[in-house]
Amino acid sequence: MSFTVRRDEATGVTIVGVDGQLIVGNRHDLKKKVLEAVEAGETKFVIDFAATGYIDSSGLGVLVSLAKKVRETGGELRLAALNADLRTLFELTKLDNLFTIADSTEEAVAAF
Amino acid sequence: MTAPLRLVVRRREVVPPEATRLRVEISVRVPTNLDVVEETVDLVARHCLASGISPRAARFIVRVALCEALANAMQYGNQLDPAKRVDVRAQVDDSSLELHVRDEGKGFDPSSIPDPTDPTRIGLDQGRGLFLIRQLMDEVRFNARGNAICMIMRRT
Repeated sequence: MSFTVRRDEATGVTIVGVDGQLIVGNRHDLKKKVLEAVEAGETKFVIDFAATGYIDSSGLGVLVSLAKKVRETGGELRLAALNADLRTLFELTKLDNLFTIADSTEEAVAAF
Repeated sequence: MTAPLRLVVRRREVVPPEATRLRVEISVRVPTNLDVVEETVDLVARHCLASGISPRAARFIVRVALCEALANAMQYGNQLDPAKRVDVRAQVDDSSLELHVRDEGKGFDPSSIPDPTDPTRIGLDQGRGLFLIRQLMDEVRFNARGNAICMIMRRT
C-alpha cells in the first residue's frame, strides 16, 4: 500500500492516489503527504481511490480532518473514483454530504 | 520487524443430526501493533473466502468489520500496550460467518458510543468504527465485560 502524489500543472490540482488500503496502519502517511502540500501552498486536492481496496473509520476520519484543514486555507479536498463498496461507507456514515465525490479523477479535476 | 503471524485452521464435520454440515474455524493471536492489522485482516478474509463465503463479503464486509474490531481492540482495549495480545477467531458454516475479537483490556459499555451521523458529530475525525460494524454485519454481540466482540453475518 502506498500513496502517490502528483500535480496537474495545467489546473494546479494536487492528485493523491491511494494504492491499497487507507486504514489505521497507514492513515498518518496520507495525512503527512497532504499536509506537506498544504504547507507548500497547494489548495486544490483530489484523492483518487481508483486503486483502493478498502477504507476503515480511521481512514474516513483522516479524510474529514484533512478536508477541514484544506478548507481553512481557502481550498477544497475532493474525492474521486470510489467503487460501489467504498461509496457505501460514505453513504452509511453520511460523509457523502461532507465531500464532493466525482466518478473519476479527471471529472474532479475539471470541476475545480 | 514483527514476528510472522501463525494462523490455525480447523475443518471439521458437525456431529449429527447436522452431519452433512462442515464448519471451518480460523484462529490467530496477534500482538498489539497497528502495523499487523492489514495482514491479519487479509489472512482471515482469504480463509473465509476459501470456506465459501461470497466474494463481496470477503473483499469488503469482512475486511472492514475485522479491521475496525482489531483497531478498537488494540487502541482502546489494549491501550496500544505491545505486551498485550488480541485473539481473532472466525467460524464459518452453512448458515453464518462469526468473527470473534477479544482483547486484554478492561472492556467498555457499547451502549455508550454516540451516533456518529448526528449533525453535531458528523465533522469529527473519529467514532465511526463500531457504527460501521453494526451497519455491515447482521448481528453484533459483546461479552459482559465488554472486551470481546462477536460479529455475525448470516449466509441465507
